[in-house]
Amino acid sequence: MNDAFGRPQSVIVLGGSSDIARAVVRRLAGARCKTVVLAGRDPERLSSAAKEALDAGASLAPVVLFDAHDVAQADLTVSNCFAAAEGPVDLVIVAVGDLGSPDSDERDPTRTADLITVGFTWPASALTAIAATLREQGHGRIVVLSSVAGVRVRRSNFAYGSAKAGLDGFSIGLAESLRGSGVIVQVVRPGFVRTKMTEGLKPAPFSTGPEEVADAIIRGIETDAQVVWSPGLLRWIFMIMRNLPQSIWRKLPG
Amino acid sequence: MPEMSTAEDRLLTGWGRTSPSRAALTRPRDVDELASVLSSSRRGTPVIARGLGRSYGDASQCGGGIVVDLSAFNEIGPVDRDSGLIEVGAGASLQSIMAATVPEGWFVPVTPGTRQVTVGGAIASDIHGKNHHRDGSFCSHVAKMTLVTPTGTHELSEELDPELFWATAGGMGLTGITTTATVEMIPIETSYISVDEERFEDVDSLMAEMRRSDSNYHYSVAWVDCMTRRGGLGRSILTRGEHARRRDLPTAKRSEPLVAPVQARLRVPFRAPNGLLNAATISAFNELWFKKAPRKKSGAIHSLSSFFHPLDGIADWNLLYGSRGFLQYQFAVGDDHEDCVKSAIELLSSHKVPSFLAVLKRFGQGDPGPLSFPIKGWTLALDLPVGPRQLPSVLDELDSLVVGAGGRVYLAKDSRLRPDLLAAMYPRVTEFEEVCRRVDPDGLLNSDLSRRLGIRHPGATWRE
Ligand SMILES: Cc1cc2nc3c(=O)[nH]c(=O)nc-3n(C[C@H](O)[C@H](O)[C@H](O)COP(=O)(O)OP(=O)(O)OC[C@H]3O[C@@H](n4cnc5c(N)ncnc54)[C@H](O)[C@@H]3O)c2cc1C
Repeated sequence: MNDAFGRPQSVIVLGGSSDIARAVVRRLAGARCKTVVLAGRDPERLSSAAKEALDAGASLAPVVLFDAHDVAQADLTVSNCFAAAEGPVDLVIVAVGDLGSPDSDERDPTRTADLITVGFTWPASALTAIAATLREQGHGRIVVLSSVAGVRVRRSNFAYGSAKAGLDGFSIGLAESLRGSGVIVQVVRPGFVRTKMTEGLKPAPFSTGPEEVADAIIRGIETDAQVVWSPGLLRWIFMIMRNLPQSIWRKLPG
Repeated sequence: MPEMSTAEDRLLTGWGRTSPSRAALTRPRDVDELASVLSSSRRGTPVIARGLGRSYGDASQCGGGIVVDLSAFNEIGPVDRDSGLIEVGAGASLQSIMAATVPEGWFVPVTPGTRQVTVGGAIASDIHGKNHHRDGSFCSHVAKMTLVTPTGTHELSEELDPELFWATAGGMGLTGITTTATVEMIPIETSYISVDEERFEDVDSLMAEMRRSDSNYHYSVAWVDCMTRRGGLGRSILTRGEHARRRDLPTAKRSEPLVAPVQARLRVPFRAPNGLLNAATISAFNELWFKKAPRKKSGAIHSLSSFFHPLDGIADWNLLYGSRGFLQYQFAVGDDHEDCVKSAIELLSSHKVPSFLAVLKRFGQGDPGPLSFPIKGWTLALDLPVGPRQLPSVLDELDSLVVGAGGRVYLAKDSRLRPDLLAAMYPRVTEFEEVCRRVDPDGLLNSDLSRRLGIRHPGATWRE
C-alpha cells in the first residue's frame, strides 16, 4: 500500500532496465518498496537490474520478458507482471520507447512503424490493461515516461517525438478518465537525458541525467503532480517554446 | 422495501486525507444484513468496518474491498441509574451519546479530543483520554459487546471470552465488526470542568510537574511548542481539570448546570491552498496560543466542549491542510524513557519541521489488549502537514528512536510507519493474528492499514 507520502511497497516497471527506471527503483527500494517486478526485453540487463533492486532493499524482484513490438501481447504481459507481484501493486512505471536513429530510420517505412509501435501503440495498450487492474484494486499510481520531444515535435527526432506526443496525450486523457477511482496517472517530461539510449548524440540545452530525472520522479510521486518536468525549468521554457513560430523553432539548437 | 442497503463505490481517506482508496461502501441496516455482507465476501473480497473516519490514516479503508458503514447501528439506550451502564450501538457517536446523557448527569468514561468518533471506533482503537493516567483506556470501561465475525456472532466480555474481547480492544477492526456495546458511564453534577492552567519555559520543568502532581487531577494534558527555542526546549502549557461541582459554578450557570454539547455548524468556508499551514503560519499560531495562556491560573470554569474538544467547533478543519493532507505522529514510551520525548522534540526542532503544539500526556497502566496502544509512561502526539521534504526521513528516524526506547506508535493515527518495526513495537502481534484466525480463518477482515503494515500476516508486508 502507498503511505501518506505516496511511498509504494510494490512496483512494476515496464522497461525495467532503462537507466532512469533503475535509478527510480533504487530510491523506492531504499524507502518502503519490497516488491519490484522488472519487465523488459533483455534478460541479462533485467537480472542485473533485479539484483540492484534487491541490494537496495527489495525482497522480491521477479523478471518478466516482453517485446514491445508485439502489440497483441501487451495485455498478457501486464497480467503476467501483476501475477509476479503476488499482491496489490502500488505503482506502475511505464518506461518504454525507442529513439531510433533519425538519419537511417526516417526514410524507412517499416522502422517508422516500429518506432510508433514501441513508443506509443504498445504502451497505450498496456496502460489500458494496467488502468483496468488498478481500478479494481481501488488504488494505485501510474508514472508514464514521456519527453519534451513530444511537447513540441522537432526535425531531429520526429518519429520518436510524435510517438511521445501521442503517449503523453493518451496518458493525460487516461488520468482524467480515472479521476475519483483512487488511481493516479502522472506524466514525466524530461529534457535531453544522457543515457545509454542517447549515447553518441550531442546533448541538447537543458540536458539532464537519469539520477536527476529519478529525483524529480520521486518528488513528483510525493506531490501527485500531474506533469513532472526535469529539469523543472523546462516547464516554463516550453510555455514559450510551444508557441514559437515554426521559422524560429527550426533555428533553435538541439 | 428497497433491496439491501446498496453498496456504493466511494473514494475514502482517513482524517488526514492522505492515501485515498476506493471501496464498495455498504450500510447494513441490521445484524442480518451485516452478516450477509460478511458471508457474501466469503469469495475473498476483504472487508473492514468504518465509523466516522476520524482515524488519521488508512485504518478504515479497504481498497478494492468492502467497507461497512455502521451508522445505522446508532441506538442509544437509557443509563441504568444504579450501575451507570448504557447499551449503545457501535455506530453511535460520542457526540450523540453525550447529547442524550449529559442533561441526565452522565458522561462518557473516556473521550478523545473529538466527540465525532463512534463507539465501534473507540473500541477498535481502544482510545484514551486526558484521564488515562487515572482511568485507563476506553475498553476498560466496556462491560460487554457484540462482535460479528465471518464465523458467527460473539457476545464478549472479560469473563465470557477474554482472549477475543481484548484482541478486539485496539484490534483496529480486524477481529470482526462490533454492533453493540455496554459502557460504564460516570456521574457528573455539571457539564463544566474546573481547570488549572500553568505555563512552563521548558519541557524538563513541565515533565517534573506532571510526574509530581498529575495524580491529583482527573484530567491532564500539556501542549508543547516544538518549533520555538527561546531559553529552553519546549515551552509548554499544562492544563488539568476536574468535573466541576454545582457549587463551583458562577451563580448564573447554577440554574442550568447540565448542558449538552452541540454539534458544530461552522465549516471551512474556502478551499485551502497547499502550504497555507507552513512553518511561518504554524509558529504564528503557536505564538498566539502561548500569549493567551496565563502564567498560572486555577479554578477557571470551562464547558466540556472547550476543555475536551476545542477543535470540534469547526466541522471540517482537516481541509485547512490543503489537498496533500496531514498526519499525526503519536508515540508512547515507558516512564524511564523520558529522554525519548525530549529527543523527539529536539529532532523535530533541529530539522525545522513545522508542527502545531504537540500534545504530551502521561499514561497509566495499559490494558491486556495485544494491540492496545497505551503503555505506562508518556505519550506525545504531533500534527504535521505533508509537504516538507525532510518529513518522511525525519519520521523514519523518529521510529528508530521510539523502538530504541521500547515504545510504539499509535496505529489509529498511523499512515507511514516502517512496516518492519511493527513487531518490535507490538511484540504480541503474532498472538493477535492467531486470535483473528480463530474467528476469521480465511483472512477476510483486512484494511489498507493492515495490508500496509502486514498486521494480519506478520512478517509479510501485504497479502491479497
Ligand atoms: C481531532 C481528533 C482528536 C483525537 N483525539 C484522540 C485522543 O485524544 N485519544 C485517542 O485515543 N484517539 C484520538 N483520536 C483518534 C480517534 O479517536 C480514533 O481514530 C477513533 O478510532 C476514530 O473513531 P471513528 O468512529 O472515526 O472510526 P474510524 O476512523 O472510521 O475507524 C477506526 C478503526 O475502527 C474500526 N472500526 C470502526 N467501527 C468499528 C466497528 N463497529 N467494529 C469494528 N471496528 C470498527 C475501523 O475498522 C478502524 O480500524 C482523535 C482523532 C481526531 C480526528
